[in-house]
Amino acid sequence: MTSDISPHDMAARHDPVYDELHASPEFAELKRRYRGFAFPATAAFLVWYLTYVVLSMWATDFMSTKVVGNINVALVLGLLQFATTFLLAWLYSGYSTKKLDPLARELDDRFVSLAGKASHGRSEH
Amino acid sequence: MDHQVLTAALFLAVVALTLFITIRASRQTSGAADFYAGGRSFSGFQNGLAIGGDYMSAASFLGISGAIALAGYDGFLYSIGFLVAWLVALLLVAEMLRNSGRYTMADQLAYRMKQRPVRTAAATSTVVVSIFYLLAQMVGAGSLVVLLLGIDKENTLAVSAVIAGVGALMIVYVTVGGMKGTTWVQIVKAVLLMVGSALIVVLVLAKFDFNLSELLGAAANNSGKEGFLEPGLKYGIDLTHKLDFLSLGLALVLGTAGLPHILVRFYTVPTSRDARKSVLWAIGLIGVFYLFTLVLGFGAAALLNTGVGSDVASSEGNLASPLLAEAVGGGAGSTGGAILLALISAVAFATILAVVAGLTLTSSTSVAHDIYNSVIRKGQATEAEEIRVTRYAAAGLGIVAILLAIPARNLNIAFLVALAFAVAASANLPSIVYNMFWKRFNTRGATWSIYGGLISAITLVFFSPVVSGKTAVTPDGETISKALFPLGVDFHWFPLENPGLLSIPLGFFFGWLGTVTSKEPAAEERFTELEVRALTGAGAEQAVQH
Repeated sequence: MTSDISPHDMAARHDPVYDELHASPEFAELKRRYRGFAFPATAAFLVWYLTYVVLSMWATDFMSTKVVGNINVALVLGLLQFATTFLLAWLYSGYSTKKLDPLARELDDRFVSLAGKASHGRSEH
Repeated sequence: MDHQVLTAALFLAVVALTLFITIRASRQTSGAADFYAGGRSFSGFQNGLAIGGDYMSAASFLGISGAIALAGYDGFLYSIGFLVAWLVALLLVAEMLRNSGRYTMADQLAYRMKQRPVRTAAATSTVVVSIFYLLAQMVGAGSLVVLLLGIDKENTLAVSAVIAGVGALMIVYVTVGGMKGTTWVQIVKAVLLMVGSALIVVLVLAKFDFNLSELLGAAANNSGKEGFLEPGLKYGIDLTHKLDFLSLGLALVLGTAGLPHILVRFYTVPTSRDARKSVLWAIGLIGVFYLFTLVLGFGAAALLNTGVGSDVASSEGNLASPLLAEAVGGGAGSTGGAILLALISAVAFATILAVVAGLTLTSSTSVAHDIYNSVIRKGQATEAEEIRVTRYAAAGLGIVAILLAIPARNLNIAFLVALAFAVAASANLPSIVYNMFWKRFNTRGATWSIYGGLISAITLVFFSPVVSGKTAVTPDGETISKALFPLGVDFHWFPLENPGLLSIPLGFFFGWLGTVTSKEPAAEERFTELEVRALTGAGAEQAVQH
């Protein structure tokens, strides 16, 4: 029911099929696409969050500016943090489904046929 | 109607329901993958709910709305880091961990490192983070339950009995139900929490014609505090407080994706795509929940007395949500008020139970899988032996937590939650990120980053004001200690309460230093394998077919 690799001999074993997959242009493309999204996106939201925290701590006059009624810039920026978090999650969901999953499935199928091992990564529910 | 009788009845109903779930789950548990990872057969949506159940602690539910009720905008500011943090889990951790690990955080490191040193390090950090978090939750549980049931908090026997009872329940959930039982307890809790808080939110908003600006205005007026809607009331006092918040914010954002009880949740789904879906659901749920706390907190500020000496202020905000429920239900003494107060109290109780169960399961799994099987038995233990040790470890850790929590019940230990996040960010996240993305990273790098981050965070906190030196003045003009040590003991030299600003860079630095000073050749083949497996799922652990 679990894989036949026991955790203890893992570090000693190596399946050469992985080298073959690693060297394939499809894998290079998958890695490029994943990193091309995940790294800049992580940098962007961290910078945006830290900017918000720094503004809240050190630019209180600006943050206290009223926008409409009792709603001030601080509250708007805070709610924008929620909005950008939801937005980025939604963007990554679409991107990974379209750009990452097909390549990952293809490589996983190749792994199964080359290694003769069942892999659950490709099955659907 | 007496709300305390009703509350007690609902508490018993929560206990009965969760025990029923646990026993049912135990009948469907047959092997290690079932016991540790729920058979890897939960759907993305179910796991998203369970993540919410694991993450939204009483500290968020009662603590954040209380912080908003008392400190206005700064309480809200505090909640944002808890949400944004999930993007780290989504983009960098969840899917890759699902594909490369098995039961514990250490599995992913052990994939290309020497087993025993990295498993020992990762298990140490897992147990330390879990014990800190657990202790804070159990002491919080003790004071909350007595508060909600109206027991005198000077009644040592009753408070100790409550703590022991919570501890005993958590041991039962884990040893009997394993991951399946624990996950279902968390799912039920998440649903109760979302439905319960949504109900109060709608009732609060209805009082203000669903006009947020009006609610905020009423909150600012009723609070009587200058600048209630602006940043700075709590954290903006001086440079130290500002840096302290920056330090806390960093620990929250980078620590969430390193919390061991969150990491293991990614193993409970069949594929990395389901792990991604579960984080997406979790982001939605947790985001909506923190928006709820915004309304609850400002609602409490608008509708309740939060001044010096009020029930809300003297419970440090923890009673804000329950008392708000009573107020919107018709006020103290009314039937509606009693019902809603009892309902929200029961939700808070379910919240505590679900979180402590998740923590206990994670740490005992790591003790059995990493320390007992891999380090002591060199991987020769059978599944049945490993599970048996997990059960003993859960009972042992539970008893230790009870024995520590009872004497700690009157101490100021709320800082332990922030410390758990700081350790997760300083010790766990650097090793996880390096392991996934840095080919040269090796065994020494992994152990140095974990021990380095762990020791830095704990040492800095030990010499910080929360352990010794922090004081406050009561309404009566008496100076009291707000630190772990009593008044008069003061050996602190680190000015910040949160170590993250320093300890997180130190964790990354030690990981780098250990790696470049080690003569161990990088396991390049294993890194190749890890990369392919993490990104494609080729060879990843499969779901159990029943």
